[in-house]
Parts: sequence; C-alpha cells; structure tokens
Amino acid sequence: MIVRLRQPKREIEVAGDRTVNQLLDSLGMNRESFLVIRNGTLAPGDARLTDSDVIEVRPVISGG
Amino acid sequence: MTAVASKCRVCRQPAIIDLPRHNANFCGEHLLQLCRRQVEKAIADHDMLSPDDRVLVAVSGGKDSLAVWDILIDLGYRADGLYLGLGIGDYSDESAGYARRFADERGLILRMLDLRDEHGYDVPTAAQVTHRVPCSACGLSKRHLFDQAAREGGYDVVVTGHNLDDEAAVLFGNTLRWDVQYLARQLPVLPAGDGFPKKVKPLVRLTEREMAAWCIVRGIDYQVEECPMAAGNKHLAYKAALNAIERDSPGSKAAFYLNFVERMAPLLSGAEHSGADGLRPCSVCGSPTTGEICAFCRLKERVAGQPRVPVEVLLSKKRRTATAGGV
Repeated sequence: MIVRLRQPKREIEVAGDRTVNQLLDSLGMNRESFLVIRNGTLAPGDARLTDSDVIEVRPVISGG
Repeated sequence: MTAVASKCRVCRQPAIIDLPRHNANFCGEHLLQLCRRQVEKAIADHDMLSPDDRVLVAVSGGKDSLAVWDILIDLGYRADGLYLGLGIGDYSDESAGYARRFADERGLILRMLDLRDEHGYDVPTAAQVTHRVPCSACGLSKRHLFDQAAREGGYDVVVTGHNLDDEAAVLFGNTLRWDVQYLARQLPVLPAGDGFPKKVKPLVRLTEREMAAWCIVRGIDYQVEECPMAAGNKHLAYKAALNAIERDSPGSKAAFYLNFVERMAPLLSGAEHSGADGLRPCSVCGSPTTGEICAFCRLKERVAGQPRVPVEVLLSKKRRTATAGGV
C-alpha cells in the first residue's frame, strides 16, 4: 500500500495487509499522536488495511 | 476487499475512530455528538459563555481554532474570527489562506491583522533581534493584539483553541518546576478585569486527535504542517511524554488536567500573582500594564524598522545549534 506521511511530506510503500494500529506500530508512531485516513475516510485502530489502499498518516500534535 | 472491524458504540454502524480513553469506537455522526457535548459541558461547568455574548475567536488556520469556531457556530453562538499574520514565511501565508477560506465558505466575519504591515516587525525578526525563542515574541504579540481587538471591537469574550493536550502539557511543565503561581492561574477561564477581556478555552475536554477528527469529518481543510519555529520546543516534548503514558494508560491526560482543575486548583486559589496591583495604562498604547510602557510596546520599539530576518535564517541557525549539540 502507498502510505503518505507528513512533516515532512513523503510517500512510502508498505507491503502486506495489516491493521491501522499494526501499521502505526511498524512505523514507530504512537497511535495517540496520529490519525489514519484510508482512501479519504478515517479508519479506526483495528481496521484492516490492504495493499490496494492509499493511506495518509496524519500527525495531530501541534507545538504552539 | 476492505474488512470493517469495529462498530460505533452508539448506533452499531461501522466506526471511523477508536477513542481508547472512552473505551469505545464511534461513527462520524456520533463522534461529532461527543465533541459537541464535551464543549457544552466545558462551557456550562466553567460559565464560559452566555447565549448573548459577542465572541471573538483567535484563529490560526490550524485544526483547533477552526474546530472551536465551527463548534461554537454550530451551537448557536455569535462568533467572529481574528487572524494575526506573524510573518513566518510560507507557513504564515498558507495559514492565512486556510483561515480565509473557512470564513468565506461559511459567511463568517474574519478580521485579518498583519504584524509587519501594522506594527513594523514579524516573529522571526523579533526573535533574532531580542535573542529569545520565537515563541516568546509570538505569544506576547498574540495576547496583546487579541486583547486589544476584543476591547476595541466590543467583544465580551476571547475564545482560544487550546485543547486537553495543550493544557495537560502546560500543566506538566508547571508541575515539573512546581511553579505555584502559574499553576494557580491555569484554569479554563480567565475572568475579565483590570482592562483585560474574559478569555475561555472551550476545548479543554477534547484531545488534539479528537479535534483533528472533527475537522476531517466536517470537511474542514486546515493547516496540517507544523509551525517551523516550534520544532523541538519543550511543549512538544511534554506532549510526547504524556502521549507515551496515555498509550499505556488511556484516560491519563484527562485525569491529570481535569482532576487538577476540579481538585487541586481550588487549593491553590489565592496563590496566583495576578499582577493587577498597580496596573495603569501604557503610555504608548493605553493597554493595562504594571510599568510605564507595556511589554508589547517595548518589543515593538526595539524591533520595528529593523531589517527583515527571513525565517530560513533562524531555521538554519537552529539546525547549526542542534548539530553542534550532537542532537
């Protein structure tokens, strides 16, 4: 699957089905600090992502 | 095929978000309901707003300020926005666009000020000239100009988008230092007085993750990118530490901050140093201050008219310092 990351903006390819929480864990990201958007729609932690999905991992923490 | 896993706690339709601190999942509609109810509870518990109040929302173009403005309008309040251009390069240009589009699409009143156009300086230049962190000049300028705009515009209250994560992080920092005077003042409402407008934080019961989700569900296009000046600041480090705890112990942030407000803050009442003693009008701008000239006018006097320092210069300096420090 294509995974779009922010700060800075970049794209990575991740192979193999997995849940949202498994994806965040594999990227070393705390699930409290990110939302995952699958094909334009928010996805909960146990949603299963597949190779054909386009994923955005969006950070939600701001430093102001 | 995409498998649908969890269901909304309320309606059993497919969930779009899991909220471990509520031990529940929610669909879009019921996430919005949860957020509205949390804001209504914060407003009621702390007597933040009255239905007839004229409200001024401090708008940055980020998720929290646009969400709080959206929620207040949704709940029927009369709320206008004020955006302050800080001169932080492309970041500020883009944030102004998000704020402007949000207001225009909804027919809301948004006043836009610009530090350089109206006061002769910007945040990067102020940071360079004063040799202080950019967040210092930024915070001082925002507080002063939002207060002034509320007074001059006849607004009853200033609303900011500070959320549970923001307040918990500030509380964490104040606690690490046992800064009792700041702890005693860290409440969701600062009452009006001594020439200062009432200031309230209706999002204190909602996390950043919930606010970002509100914006996504509501179709609000906001500035996702972080302020380049904020990278590496203590506030972000405190948030990361609290989220590490929250991940293993859901509900910790809410318990830390909301129980502080309910149980600890009353014990500290009276320990705050309001600074109200000896307040008088600033001899330059008329704002209340303890000295002859207020901190904003002193900053302006020092930095206005100085050659503009591009944000890239400060970022480059920050990188060099980090490298020298082995970070």
